[in-house]
Amino acid sequence: METLMSILVGLLFAIGVYLILTKTLLRIILGTSILGHGVNLLIITMGGLKKGGPPLLGIKNLTYADSLPQALLLTAIVINFATTALFLVLSYRAYKVLGTDDTEQLRGIKDE
Amino acid sequence: MNNLVILPIIIPIIAGMIMVIFRKNIKLQRFFSVLSTIAISISTILLITQIHTNGIQTLHLGGWKAPFGVSMVADMFSALLILVTSIVSLCCLLYAFHSIGKEREANYFYPLFLFLITGVNGSFITGDIFNLFVCFEVMLVSSYVLISLGGTKIQLSESIKYILINIISSFLFLVAIAFLYAMTGTLNFAHLSIRVAEIGQEGLMTTVAILFLIVFSLKAGLFLFFWLPGSYSAPPTAISAIFAALLTKVGIYAIIRVFTLVFYHEPEVTHLFIGILAAATMLLGAIGAVAFWDIKRILTYNVVVGVGFILAGVASYTTEGMTGSLYYLIHDMVVKALIFLLGGTIIHLTGTSKLKEISGLIRLHPGLGWMFFIAALSLSGIPPLSGFLGKIFITEGTFEAGYLWLGGIGLFTSLMVLYSIMKIFMNVFWGYTDLTEEKEKGTTKGLMLPIGILTIITIALGLGAQGIHEYVDMAVEGLMNPSIYIEAVLGGNLSQ
Repeated sequence: METLMSILVGLLFAIGVYLILTKTLLRIILGTSILGHGVNLLIITMGGLKKGGPPLLGIKNLTYADSLPQALLLTAIVINFATTALFLVLSYRAYKVLGTDDTEQLRGIKDE
Repeated sequence: MNNLVILPIIIPIIAGMIMVIFRKNIKLQRFFSVLSTIAISISTILLITQIHTNGIQTLHLGGWKAPFGVSMVADMFSALLILVTSIVSLCCLLYAFHSIGKEREANYFYPLFLFLITGVNGSFITGDIFNLFVCFEVMLVSSYVLISLGGTKIQLSESIKYILINIISSFLFLVAIAFLYAMTGTLNFAHLSIRVAEIGQEGLMTTVAILFLIVFSLKAGLFLFFWLPGSYSAPPTAISAIFAALLTKVGIYAIIRVFTLVFYHEPEVTHLFIGILAAATMLLGAIGAVAFWDIKRILTYNVVVGVGFILAGVASYTTEGMTGSLYYLIHDMVVKALIFLLGGTIIHLTGTSKLKEISGLIRLHPGLGWMFFIAALSLSGIPPLSGFLGKIFITEGTFEAGYLWLGGIGLFTSLMVLYSIMKIFMNVFWGYTDLTEEKEKGTTKGLMLPIGILTIITIALGLGAQGIHEYVDMAVEGLMNPSIYIEAVLGGNLSQ
């Protein structure tokens, strides 16, 4: 299961990096979003994927889930969500003001 | 347990949240922002005296003992940095009152500024690597908005690059944390230090260390500084001054913390790598500073040189080098804010940042000219100003560690820094005065006070270095002996 997840994480990273390297702003933002999902999956995989068992060290349950990666993941998702929202709004504004969403043309813009 | 530890985070975030409600009342916002920075300064001075007498102060949030809960740890190193942060941010606030403009003030400039301070102080004081990530994000999200606040063309195009770079580096930070957690099973700095020492810093652990180094280098502008000159010259002066003074320093703090407390077992790999990056940063930054004829560009490249120089001392990993790095870090925070405010004032007066279009300003503004001269000397480390002591110690440390090339490059780039900054001084202040008071684009009214305060601080830090010597020594002792930090945080829980 961990191996399968690792491959999936690698796939998401590859797609994310590919999208970030394209020229359109919207694709870049989608790329960061996909990269973010890859990172989240990586965190949960790194904590160890255990089957069943509450996150408590009981006497009967010898297997237990590690709850810390899930807490980290939740925080990371919220932060990722906020930055993506901000990035989207900002790029829309940039598109309105600068009149382009092509990163090639965004180069070397001088003030006013 | 000491509740004083969390005040530098609590004060600005609560003040900021209250100020969001009173959006229209700018006078109240100004008052509250100044009040909260002063309150942070006072609480940090109290904290420093307590650390001085009783050792490292900790606070385990919610009563959850380390390593299970999130701990806040204030050692001398972080407390000193918080104190300098609050003083510098106070000066930038005072400068902003007269320069930032009504529109930005009415659109949450002051709350965002305080949230930025929250993130910076939080990064300095946290004792948990994931919490460090969260504080980084608090700081970064505020900086995203501050850099684009106002929405001019150059701000928008630069902020997109800035945000993209930082989002990617945040993801890499998370990846590094995930790998570290998988190998050690903990996130608390002190506990990490013990676990890494137990497991041993083999190839895989060193790889994770290098991944952390890449992440922090992106934030600090160590070698990976390609985004820095553009982003830091886009926003208005008060904002770019606080960025130059604080944001890169948080990255430097993280590098110092992680590579003295957790990954200190393989200095011949990691610290040498930092040294090579520092040397490259100093050289490339100095070339940039010498090459440009634009005030903003020269100043931003000087930020890059400063980052390289501080980390040269860290790379040596000797007591002298660390002492130098700490002196220079404190000096650099003050003097970078000062030189950015001075450069911003020149641009504010003349309406241009091109050196060739300005001349003879000293006749109209002698005070500004002399303060620029003092700041320039301090920046390049001329005695008796504040940069001198740090330079001496860092050079001594690198020589002691056998990195003659690193110390040599440091001294060589100091000369280039001196040249680049004197180029500004000679072109702007000397020569024929073709500007008259009527033709000026703005006044220096109210702008000279924060500049004056920072100039006095940089002189005082140089002349009164003996006074802070004791505190710096204590901070360096803590950095060179991780066991002090571990003992203070974990206490009796060492067996876990």
